Amino acid sequence: MMTIIVNMLEMCISFSVALLLASIGEMFNQRAGVFNLGCEGIMSLGAFFGMLVVYFAEKAGYYSGWFNFLGFLLAAVVGALLGLFFGLIVVTFRAPQGIAGIGFQMFGVGLAGTLFRYYVGGVQNIKGVTATGIPGLRNIPVIGQIFFSHSVVVYLAYLTVPIAWYILFKTPWGLKVRAVGTHPRASDSMGINVNKIRYEALALGGAFAGIAGAYLSLAQAHLFNDTIISGRGFIAVALVYFGHWHPYQILGGAMLFTLAQTFQAQVQSSGIAFPYEFAVMLPYILVIVVLAFTSKNNKMSPSALGKPFNREQRV
Amino acid sequence: MMSNKRFMFLYRLGVTLLAVLAVFVMSSMVLLMINADLSKTYYTMIIKPFTNSIHITEVIVRAIPLCIIALGVCVAYRSGIINIGAEGQMAMGVICFTGVALSLPSLPKVVLLPLCFIAAILGGAIWGFIPGILKAKLKVSELLSTVMLNYIAAQAYSLCLRTIYMDPTDKATPQSTRLASGAHLSRLSGRLHTGVIIAIVLAVIVYFLMWKTSTGYKLRASGASERAAKYGGINVAKYVCLAAIISGAFAGLAGGVEIAGVHRRAIEGITNNYGFAGVVVALFGGLHPLGIVPASYFFGLLIYGSTLISGETGVPANIVGVMEGIIIIVIVVSQMILNNKYYQDKVKRWIDKKLNKHTPKEVKP
Repeated sequence: MMTIIVNMLEMCISFSVALLLASIGEMFNQRAGVFNLGCEGIMSLGAFFGMLVVYFAEKAGYYSGWFNFLGFLLAAVVGALLGLFFGLIVVTFRAPQGIAGIGFQMFGVGLAGTLFRYYVGGVQNIKGVTATGIPGLRNIPVIGQIFFSHSVVVYLAYLTVPIAWYILFKTPWGLKVRAVGTHPRASDSMGINVNKIRYEALALGGAFAGIAGAYLSLAQAHLFNDTIISGRGFIAVALVYFGHWHPYQILGGAMLFTLAQTFQAQVQSSGIAFPYEFAVMLPYILVIVVLAFTSKNNKMSPSALGKPFNREQRV
Repeated sequence: MMSNKRFMFLYRLGVTLLAVLAVFVMSSMVLLMINADLSKTYYTMIIKPFTNSIHITEVIVRAIPLCIIALGVCVAYRSGIINIGAEGQMAMGVICFTGVALSLPSLPKVVLLPLCFIAAILGGAIWGFIPGILKAKLKVSELLSTVMLNYIAAQAYSLCLRTIYMDPTDKATPQSTRLASGAHLSRLSGRLHTGVIIAIVLAVIVYFLMWKTSTGYKLRASGASERAAKYGGINVAKYVCLAAIISGAFAGLAGGVEIAGVHRRAIEGITNNYGFAGVVVALFGGLHPLGIVPASYFFGLLIYGSTLISGETGVPANIVGVMEGIIIIVIVVSQMILNNKYYQDKVKRWIDKKLNKHTPKEVKP
């Protein structure tokens, strides 16, 4: 029993990274007033491009750990570009964000699958990021396994939470992001370029989503397939609601949802006679229940969320 | 100067043509990324399915569920709900249909088939009701709840296939036993089945429901402006819920039609992404039954064509997802451009300037 709990907590810390990063990115989008439902698509492409770099390096025979870094970098660039593309659709052309996001998601997931079949072919295991842990500390019983046995990426990912908090609440750019998401017209009259800030937030959010996807393929699954994201992009969007658009609360939410996922993994691996499908359903059911019970949070959302800003429009 | 009406016609035409061009350019860019033979791919995807009668019936077979789902999505969309949960609702429809058909195999067709369809409709309707009530009462975004319900339904479906519906003679493949002939829709030619009639009848029903009854008016009013509808005395929550139920029921029925007409047993991947494609069909058809029927044929063509190209040109069938995504994006963007007064004015001035250049009005003597 003890080992199961320790295993679950250990998995929880490393598996929550993808959700955490995607949610932090989505938080920046929503704080700026853009509801990016295409997160799933961006994550999918990030996962593919991250994996592609390492796959080619391994195939050519001169693989080293730096290629993982290169994979993350490429995923971030691709994600940022996709974020800008989404900005073109919903900021410049002011398309309705919900349905545009659905289109974007279909585009991203489809494109990742198409490119994957051409450039890689079938499911291939890659080396990717290995969990080295922190020397010395990882040998402490229980605590060492739970907290100090992860790869360096995990610690960097957790470091983004305070950084995101600092950027959002303590820098001029963060203030601008919150301003354009709350009252774009007032921000505009104070000389803030609303659309520019929204583009920047989308690029940042896209980069986060791309890295989150690459984390899944490089560090978690060590492979890419069509269903690698399996709704994590949508869960990330729901997490932002759950976490009150605040980095620390999003961190808590990401842990909670990942705990539900690790429960499923433990059930599957321990061979308990229990239909594993129920365990797979659990995180999704949890999202619906959480959304229903936190629906009063909607009042705390950035007040211009989902509303395109039109400078020429009269009020 | 051009008359306003004539200008608007030309403006619409121009934007539509540009939209079609944009879809082609973006799809071609993706195809070039995977080194595909453009002309051969487009030929196989769009022209080839017209060349013989088997291809034509196969396209219609794929258009039937698309059409039924898109009609449901259209009712929901007009009522202010973006139902992207048709995939899960369809799976629930299949689960309920199979359950009834497998448990009462000896009933005569006149009793069994309607019973199965009622079960499928109920299954889809319940799966549509959940996001509907969550949106109406608790303001939960239906975009998120329907996606989550898709994953839940997919798991429930695979659980059913693996356990209670499993064919006892073949434990290796997760699929059900073949349904009794009482639960089959009869076939017209090839795999083309009578579901095509159901789809057309439903299109007519949706038209009358949405545009000729007061219920339809209230549904559309709730979607067009929630506050105005409330002020007009419409119980918006009730109609939002109703729209979600109708939409789910249509998707469930589509699942029933698919299994009764095409596969005749519950197999893996029966929903085949029809749920998401149905959203594209509804938008492409202008959210009107009259447009949805031809649009579903067109997308049936794309989906069937995508199965052809993977065999012939090596372009993976996933390309159809990319195209659907591109088409949604281009549709929503081009609609914003169409209705943008500022762009209209800008284009109009530009045209007037060009016209005046050739026939200058003020000629000094």
